[in-house]
Amino acid sequence: MSIDMAQFVDAFLEESFEGLERMETELLALDGGDPETLNTIFRCAHSIKGGAGTFGFGAISEFTHGVETLLDRMRNGEQDAAPETVNLLLRAVDILRAQLHAARDGGEADAAEVAEVRTLIEAHLGDAAPPRDPAPSDGSEEGPGDGNDDGPRGWRIHFRPYADLMRTGNDPLRMFEVLAELGRLTVHCETDRLPDSAEAFDPEDCYLAWTLELEGDATGDQIEEVFEWVEDECDLVIEPLEAAPVAPDESSAPEPGAAADTPARPETAAKGSGGSARGAESSSMRVNTGKIDALIDMVGELVITQSMLTDISEQLEEDPSQMEAQIERLRTGLAELERNTRELQESVMGIRMVPIAQVFNRFPRLVHDISGQLGKQIELTLKGEYTEIDKTVMEHLGDPLVHLVRNAVDHGIERPEARAAAGKPETGQVTLEAYHRGGNVIIEIRDDGKGMDADRILAKARDTGLVGPNQQLDRHEILQLVFEPGLSTADQVSDLSGRGVGMDVVKKNIRGLGGNVELESEPGKGSRLTIRLPLTLSIMDGQLLKVGDETFVIPLIAIVESLQTLPESVKQAFGKLPLYRLRDEYIPIIDLAALFGRAEPSPLPERALLVVAEADDQRVALRVDDLLGQQQVVIKTLETNFRKVPGTAGATILGDGQVALILDVAGIARMAAGRDTRAA
Amino acid sequence: MANDATQSIHDPATAGEDQYLTFILAEEEYGVDILRVQEIKGWERPTPLPNTPDYIRGVINVRGMIVPIIDMRLRFRMEPMEYGPTTVVIMLRVINEDRERVMGVVVDAVSEVYSIGADDLQPAPDFNSRIGIDFVRGLATIDEKMILMLDIDTLLGPGLIASEDAIAEGAPA
Repeated sequence: MSIDMAQFVDAFLEESFEGLERMETELLALDGGDPETLNTIFRCAHSIKGGAGTFGFGAISEFTHGVETLLDRMRNGEQDAAPETVNLLLRAVDILRAQLHAARDGGEADAAEVAEVRTLIEAHLGDAAPPRDPAPSDGSEEGPGDGNDDGPRGWRIHFRPYADLMRTGNDPLRMFEVLAELGRLTVHCETDRLPDSAEAFDPEDCYLAWTLELEGDATGDQIEEVFEWVEDECDLVIEPLEAAPVAPDESSAPEPGAAADTPARPETAAKGSGGSARGAESSSMRVNTGKIDALIDMVGELVITQSMLTDISEQLEEDPSQMEAQIERLRTGLAELERNTRELQESVMGIRMVPIAQVFNRFPRLVHDISGQLGKQIELTLKGEYTEIDKTVMEHLGDPLVHLVRNAVDHGIERPEARAAAGKPETGQVTLEAYHRGGNVIIEIRDDGKGMDADRILAKARDTGLVGPNQQLDRHEILQLVFEPGLSTADQVSDLSGRGVGMDVVKKNIRGLGGNVELESEPGKGSRLTIRLPLTLSIMDGQLLKVGDETFVIPLIAIVESLQTLPESVKQAFGKLPLYRLRDEYIPIIDLAALFGRAEPSPLPERALLVVAEADDQRVALRVDDLLGQQQVVIKTLETNFRKVPGTAGATILGDGQVALILDVAGIARMAAGRDTRAA
Repeated sequence: MANDATQSIHDPATAGEDQYLTFILAEEEYGVDILRVQEIKGWERPTPLPNTPDYIRGVINVRGMIVPIIDMRLRFRMEPMEYGPTTVVIMLRVINEDRERVMGVVVDAVSEVYSIGADDLQPAPDFNSRIGIDFVRGLATIDEKMILMLDIDTLLGPGLIASEDAIAEGAPA
């Protein structure tokens, strides 16, 4: 390859991974061999095969060929879409995924497994197919699958392109040249379709058809590859030449070399391109063209606003007497600019938004596999897959969601017998739903399984000391205990509660994304987990406040309320730990200036300003000197050029260019509790 | 600011020579690899960070990037100096653990640019002091002046970034 293919390889890999996901989804949805679904699956496999061939991933292309053949037979009704066939195809998808990963990262897919699945596919295709060479067995238009290992000594190709073949940039001549390299090629041109009159002749149409005879050891695969890109634009029949043996030794001398080369070369190519492909993987994403177009429109508006402002400034210079009117125009212009900027910002942020389907899509397979293993009947419903979410949030969402869905299937839904006994339908329902609500993305995982017994959770929590003997909790509070490390990691409880281990980890991960997770459950009826996530990690609504000379930002979502202290509500513990009594709760008052090492602790003034904030179910009252405005702030991390600073969740740049630190309420609560001033 | 003429004691084109930007701290001259200098800025008041050593003055906004500012006098436990209009911040690219960070160092003034061959660098003597010297790349003598060439990756490395103070004394509580 003379041009640098690496960039195309990236795109191919990305598309192939998407294709595989699609295949997987459709395979799972394949009900009794619906032809449309089969077509979709077939097309995915076909694109992967084509691309893999083009980019020299011979092993992938070869393996996909078998898959494609099987799919083709299924869509032609020659093969049933039996569950075992679907399972085999799912395994094939796994193999392909492994192979593509290997191609990207420069490793090797597990050869034994590849061979095993391939053999299974070939067995499915029937005994006629010779092992390890599925090519001649291709059951579609390409010809009868009667190839033997000796193979035909040549091929006859009937190639009848549709009229617009050449409009798509394909050139038969070039294809023949490639064929000619594979052996001795004889070309007969058929002119029967040529129009009679010159008027009817469109010079851009292809009226010709050809019958080609290729003598030599070329395999059916090699020939198909030549016609790869025109398959849908022509009638093509490839059949072996009967009894036309050419002197095998002589003419085949260069051929075996070429044939042997085919698998070898692609593998080295795969390794070579792996490194560069991997490097780009994490930093690229596909963006909907509509979003880019919208962005271009907005930039257009911005340019118009800018020229309008320039115009105003020129007019002001030329004719200062019109000052008043121009200032009015200037105001309008600036308002316009502000609107443009805000829209542009929203759109640019929107580019990072991807449909949550990218995470959801893995679940049909997961549920299919687990329920199969467990002997449960489960129907998974996905809703709101096109809800958009920040790419980074989504990337970190996968693991917690897998955990929760697995739990629902594993522990939530009962076996069919148990369900029948409980008077429920044998097939359990698991629903995964995403939607937007008030600047948040909500993801719900619902099941109609056995639910959780709050009394037993509470008993367990009291056993482990998580809940004091006299502590009273309402039902909702008890259920949230499953997210506590002490409780959910105990194996016994997973049976008791109907939930598996690691809920604390799930909660931690979701907290890490600035979100929250809650559980509702009713014994016998099922459970519902609600995950609330911020739309994006890089912008948030903040409250600006002043402590001493400094401006800080506190996430608006963390604020419970702001208040002026009532002297009678300020209490002291141990003579120096001030607490504020807010309704029935005592909340520690935190002297931020002292906590941040800025000033000596100072006594609380008579009427102090407090911001009551909550994080990790803990409330603190921050002593502040002034409350400034609220605004959206862009979150910047301190770690880029420094490190994480305890008590802060990053920084932002204010309108005047100054840096303001964003307060991390949970971190501050920890610091105040343990005087933990060290790095977290 | 600095005398912008490149002074060199040797032919600047000679291979094996590095160019150093030097700066002044209390009348002493120090040098850093000029390829690591991103820009030179005037002093502006940074936003202080909580519970960090005194020599970490805080962070500033450099074209949308949050950059920490380190006072070299305080870092070397020299007498602090009032910041004024001539106080200069050198933005340096510090490379550690495959990561590049940008940090600003506050110095009294920027001095010269010198080309110095590796052979002309003497190893640093044992200062027998509580200041670790692993961040001194070597000493050079130019016009009878001694210049300490600093290895900024070590000087502004993980030890400084870590919350624990790299040099003997702890952070102010």
